[in-house]
Amino acid sequence: MTLIPSIGQPVSRLEGYQKVTGAAKYAGEYKAPGMLYGYVVNSTVTKGKITRFDTAKAMSLPGVVEVFSHLNRPSVGKFSLQYADMDAPPGSPFRPLQDDEIIYNGQPIGLVVAETFELARYAATLVEVEYATEFFQTDIRPNVNSARSPKIGMATMLKPPPPKPKGDFQKAYDASFAKSEGEFYHSTEHHNPLELFATTTIYEGDGKLTIYDKTQGTVNSQLYVANIFGLKYKNVRVIAPYVGGAFGSALRPQYQLFMSVMAALELKRSVVVTLDRSQMFTFGHRPQTIQTTQFGADADGKVNALHHAAIGETSRFEDYTEVVVNWAHMIYPAENTLMQYKLVELDVFSPLDMRAPGGATGMHPIETTMDDLAYKLKIDPLHLRLINYSENDASLNRPYSSKELMQCYLQGAEKFGWDKRDPEPRSMRHGNKLVGYGMATGIWEANSLPARAEMILTKEGKLQVNSAVTDIGTGTLTVMTQVAADELGLPMEDVIFSYGDSKKPFAPIQGGSFTVSTIGSAIKAAAGSLRKKLFKKAASMKNGMLKGLELEDVVFKNGRIELKTDPLTFVTYQDIIAENNNEPIKALKFSVPNVLKLKKYSRATHSAAFVEVEVDEELGVINVTRAVTAVAAGKIINPKTARSQILGGMVWGISKAIREETITDHRLGKYMNQNLGEYHIPVHADIHELDVIFVEENDDIVNALGTKGVGEIGLVAMPPAIANAIFHATGKRINHLPIHLNDLL
Amino acid sequence: MNTNFPDIPASPKTTFSARPVTLRINGNPVELNVLPWVSLLDALREYAGLTGTKKGCDHGQCGACTVLCDGERILSCLTLAVMKEGSEITTIEGVAQDGELHPLQKAFIEHDAFQCGYCTPGQICSAIGLLREGKAETRDEVKELMSGNLCRCGANTNIIDAIMDVKNLSAHE
Ligand code: FES
Ligand code: FES
Repeated sequence: MTLIPSIGQPVSRLEGYQKVTGAAKYAGEYKAPGMLYGYVVNSTVTKGKITRFDTAKAMSLPGVVEVFSHLNRPSVGKFSLQYADMDAPPGSPFRPLQDDEIIYNGQPIGLVVAETFELARYAATLVEVEYATEFFQTDIRPNVNSARSPKIGMATMLKPPPPKPKGDFQKAYDASFAKSEGEFYHSTEHHNPLELFATTTIYEGDGKLTIYDKTQGTVNSQLYVANIFGLKYKNVRVIAPYVGGAFGSALRPQYQLFMSVMAALELKRSVVVTLDRSQMFTFGHRPQTIQTTQFGADADGKVNALHHAAIGETSRFEDYTEVVVNWAHMIYPAENTLMQYKLVELDVFSPLDMRAPGGATGMHPIETTMDDLAYKLKIDPLHLRLINYSENDASLNRPYSSKELMQCYLQGAEKFGWDKRDPEPRSMRHGNKLVGYGMATGIWEANSLPARAEMILTKEGKLQVNSAVTDIGTGTLTVMTQVAADELGLPMEDVIFSYGDSKKPFAPIQGGSFTVSTIGSAIKAAAGSLRKKLFKKAASMKNGMLKGLELEDVVFKNGRIELKTDPLTFVTYQDIIAENNNEPIKALKFSVPNVLKLKKYSRATHSAAFVEVEVDEELGVINVTRAVTAVAAGKIINPKTARSQILGGMVWGISKAIREETITDHRLGKYMNQNLGEYHIPVHADIHELDVIFVEENDDIVNALGTKGVGEIGLVAMPPAIANAIFHATGKRINHLPIHLNDLL
Repeated sequence: MNTNFPDIPASPKTTFSARPVTLRINGNPVELNVLPWVSLLDALREYAGLTGTKKGCDHGQCGACTVLCDGERILSCLTLAVMKEGSEITTIEGVAQDGELHPLQKAFIEHDAFQCGYCTPGQICSAIGLLREGKAETRDEVKELMSGNLCRCGANTNIIDAIMDVKNLSAHE
């Protein structure tokens, strides 16, 4: 019987059993004998100096072991570079407990360590702190005059600056038949994964630590800890098999990691530090942004002038950037373009990549401006996209490795019933509800990075696959098992994928929709090497059926090496292992994307989102009643988990458009809704019919698997599609996000 | 820094003293020695070693800590352990019977009703409580009465699909 390939099968998550029974353990859920609990003390002011940090009352409680602060912290890394992690933007990273300086509100300034969690939390309230405060700025709007170009650094490699201007934008825009322009404001947002950030540091003695960390990169946390605390890499092991959501927030090591390790080393005991929900608002966030657009088109609807400018917020110590203004010209081939991106420094923590960083921000202005342009031209919004369709990336003058966006438009429109739309705003109704249909285009980059993977054929005939990569809920374990199974022609049951451990072969941080392509390519490379080794052994077997054959003559199928032309001529893996004196056969490979080849192409996923909203005419209440997203993302390894990724992205899109925002009181420089009651994310009752289509897309350029990643593409088109639908329903163009009911009254 | 807490007690022992509490957790009597300020959630996670019940907010705002108390779904973060002396607590670890997954657990796996899995124990316990209450009939009612359980991964539609499956199945039995 021939095995069906695993790739393409809607396999249920392999860790499902653990997750539905409570057996899955997250970072803060490990115990060690004599473990202590740490609770962080945060600054209540935004800028200034700590003038008094009095721990007497806290320390006098029996069971409180230590209170750390800048006054008594152990001497650790003195150089900024030691704190630089894999995702550090240009600048000098934040150093917890460095000195008496306060540089943002909520800054961690102390750690209370006690025998129990409750005691540590209580003692933290007894720490008395006084400050000398200084003037600060946290609002981007009054500070746009200080906007400047971002510094260039390592991170810039993955975040290219805006494309060079083309033609003469102003002249072309002025002469355009139809023009649309807008100014857009987006609030701060916080990732708020449901799991609280936590680190459990197990003190092993002899300078050795085992660390359970909430992270999107075990190696990233390992290097960070070793560098700061001067430990040998091999003595620091970071483990993260289950990560309770992250969405970018765990791309960088957060301060609970530093605190937990510092306390464990100093007290020579195991220490767990878990943040509370309000502390989840005291490190990275999606930055507030101000954007402007000016798009011009000729009478046929051809866009000939594109201008998109963005000003993003950053901290005073790092230049966090995102790709906001590069997308419009990647989609629409205008002759005259002007794209600008600047930063404003404020007294906040450095922003941090949050699901579809830059894309979720930039696509909203781009696609609502296109919608407005369609109205000015009296052309159907979908039709306007088709008029401006391009097979090439005009911004870089190169073809796409593949682009099935056309099919996304067509199949999405068909499924949604776009043709039933009356273009006139306020023309469609359900009782007292105004009904609107909106659509938008989505695009996200399809990257991959270097990584290592190891494959071992064990003497039991199982395939052990090893990588340090995490699975943040995206389905990495399942999908990588599928890839590995097919590479060796084994059923998935015979493949064991071990991951989430810095001891395993190197993997970069997990994000940017590049994990499947990155780790999948490494597995493919390791498999190629393993197959060679297996074949060599098989071909050298004395009485083996494959003696004297070449690698090209055989296939790896059904747990054995078969002659292509005659499946009955074969050697089983078990026999090969037996021949190897029952020793496992291993292959370790480092895979690097073929940069020279890739440079000739733009690589991106595409999507089209179609949305129906209902707006209560009297109350302004907005409901996204129906949405279809059609996605072109190359090969889909697992349609079940990939669909969930898109659905999750769509929910995030709904949230960004009409729900979530971090509200700042700029007089205090403080976030005011640091809890899940006031930081609104959609609840079940807010989410209605969501539909996902994967259009077929073959790509043999992007990487060896033909995959493009699905983590962000589900999000980017939703906010503009919803804003456009709200316009269609109400006739009101609201350019700030989120859109609230009071905007529509 | 001002605080709402009283000053340090003169004699910590008299102010803070642990006391034994006996809960029936997943069918077994468990005696815990806890201070009165320990929430049921922390008692389960930190004292009874049952970390399947999750903490997402500690403020009754996310539902991750939902457990069944004498069959009713409650938020264990808003409950002090000492209040539940003698109660029957079912946590996610006790939902499967004799190694056989509960139909909801199976449906969650089948419908891919989770991604990171952190809200999952709460969603499942909440759904068991919901089905037992028998108030929700339509899909909209199920959505409404499950709305105390947040899912940041956006698995909402799959979660409701899974619950509806089990609900319809038991209705036909
Ligand atoms: S932890 Fe109890 S509701 Fe969030
Ligand atoms: S599955 Fe991650 S929060 Fe629901």
